[in-house]
Amino acid sequence: MTCWKVVKSVLILYLILIPIFVWMIVWNGPVHYLPYYLPCPEIFSMKLQYAEEKTVQLFPELFYPQPRSLDQKRRDVLTLTPWLAPIVWEGTFNSELLDSAYKPLNLTIGVTAFAIGKYTMFVGRFVESAEKLFMKGYWVNYYIFTNNPQAIPRVQLQPGRSLSIVPIKKYSHWQEISMRRMEAINRHIAEVSHREVNYLFCLDIDMVFHNPWGVETLGEMVAAIHPGYYNVPRSQFPYERRSNSAAFIPDSQGDFYYAGAVFGGLVKQVYEFTRACHMTILADKANGIMAAWQEESHLNRHFFSHKPSKLLSPEYVWDDTKPRPPEMRLIRFSTVNKDYKEIRD
Amino acid sequence: MKKVLILGGILMAGILGYFHIPYISQPSCQPIRQTDLNETFSVLPRMSYPQPFVDKPQRTDVLLVSPWLAPIVWEGTFNRDILNAQYRQKNFVVGVATFAVKKYVRFIEGFLGSANKFFLSGHRVNFYLFTDHPEKVPSINLAPEKRLFIIPVQNYSRWQDISMNRMDIISNHIHSHWRYEVDYLYSMDIDVQMFEHIGVEIIDTLVGTISSWQYTKPRDSNSYERHPESRAAIPHGEGDFYYAASFYGGSVSEVYKLTTACFKGVTEDRANGIEAKWHEESHLNKYLLYHKPTRLLSPEYYWDEELIRPRIIRVKRLSSVRKDLQEVRF
Repeated sequence: MTCWKVVKSVLILYLILIPIFVWMIVWNGPVHYLPYYLPCPEIFSMKLQYAEEKTVQLFPELFYPQPRSLDQKRRDVLTLTPWLAPIVWEGTFNSELLDSAYKPLNLTIGVTAFAIGKYTMFVGRFVESAEKLFMKGYWVNYYIFTNNPQAIPRVQLQPGRSLSIVPIKKYSHWQEISMRRMEAINRHIAEVSHREVNYLFCLDIDMVFHNPWGVETLGEMVAAIHPGYYNVPRSQFPYERRSNSAAFIPDSQGDFYYAGAVFGGLVKQVYEFTRACHMTILADKANGIMAAWQEESHLNRHFFSHKPSKLLSPEYVWDDTKPRPPEMRLIRFSTVNKDYKEIRD
Repeated sequence: MKKVLILGGILMAGILGYFHIPYISQPSCQPIRQTDLNETFSVLPRMSYPQPFVDKPQRTDVLLVSPWLAPIVWEGTFNRDILNAQYRQKNFVVGVATFAVKKYVRFIEGFLGSANKFFLSGHRVNFYLFTDHPEKVPSINLAPEKRLFIIPVQNYSRWQDISMNRMDIISNHIHSHWRYEVDYLYSMDIDVQMFEHIGVEIIDTLVGTISSWQYTKPRDSNSYERHPESRAAIPHGEGDFYYAASFYGGSVSEVYKLTTACFKGVTEDRANGIEAKWHEESHLNKYLLYHKPTRLLSPEYYWDEELIRPRIIRVKRLSSVRKDLQEVRF
């Protein structure tokens, strides 16, 4: 008899407690349909205060050859996209002219690079070559993201340039490390770099500068054409071709195949862009699919929908294992030879 | 008995609480706003167009990019569908300022009729027509997204003054209300007609048109003002292109700066008893030499009717109307 009483009272208790719990859940508001494993998107919705955008203006008197309307310096390559974004090749621009416009603006240009695991061995050469050739004469902040701050060599920097080490977590697979770069850059912009730089470039660390990289590369949103696919029909671009991926681009579409090793632009645009890429990467994760070339596929998808305002020719992201064709008059930034098996895992 | 009940109750509460706590104590994440998602995932409408090949330039006969990396708009270099799709997402309004004073009122009908058909068709445009004879403006049926504002203006005895004071009038109107009404503003001559579509390829921060008379000339033969006393003077050895004052524009703030600076030059010249060779066009050229335009329009965008059109100019989009200058100006 006591047993039955206990059960009865427990049941009554349950009947009282259940409605209370239901009420508490309902009272919290409408159900959020975000899957629980998406990160809290607060950081992605932050309203950042950017430094006031500086417009390029006054050119002091300068002597330079006159541009002639009927005289194209580069007749062998495309210098303008169908949406009127210039493609930067050697011979299409005048560095002095551009420097005279940009130097007075006192710009600071940021560079992010990821040196995780064994990739820390590339930092020395990257930074040394950047010191000689990247944005000479401008304020530059290097942001090296690494899981092993001790392994980063100390490199002598020119005045006006700084290097900060950003500690991040190392993931187990190199693909994961690669894809999480978008999130890391986005967070870093929100926390630090939006206050410190006007323009931001996101570069691969396993590369070296061979020739000057200057302010001709500055623009609202800048992408670089991949050296392996610049003269190939769009159906052969290694876009993600599975339609259930958020990075899907069909065979009949696509402008260029952009390299994931180089992209950049105004800090505000890079913030929005990395956010968008990370969202689609997460959407794919939720569906259990990983794009063919990891974040490069997502980058290509986003640059297809939101076209870059300036393109860099493959001079700015060259692969040294390839023979150099006559169109590439000046290789500025290219890969370092390495054994992928040895350094990736 | 009571103890059992209490213990049972606590146990029940504990078990239920364990399963429900994640929902209650989840940090109140702001759900992503729908607009953010739209921005992230919105794509340009599906379009089919030929692939741009990096080793196949569209045109090799003309300069497509200036040395400061500003695109020069020529026929064959751009795809208007892509540009339209990008533009439509932004909901901009474009203003066009044009002046029809004294005998120039006869050109209004041709201008508005052709602009209605060919100028930014499908996009919102406000035409601001300044005239000293508002009653002579013919009634024209404009497309729904185009609006016409007729603004009375004073005429001056000298046609050069009418021409030069346009800068001042534009500058004042931007300051007083156009900056709230439009995003981009273009100034065009009234004595023109359009024959081909002029679309959103002209929209950029600061836009100048290369003169159809002087696009082949070396800089020292350009008709820049050369007298050093004038504010519009450009010394020999300097100069990029010769820009036509008949069609220029850009964002409202840039056009404000341009017109204010140019008119300041005009006023200072007047105070010193000088008038630049080509009036406000000389001042415009000086300004655009030192504040480089972010986009240039080829002579297709303002072709002088008196010139024979070479094959390089594949399309004549806008051209001046044949007229007897002696008769119409005085």
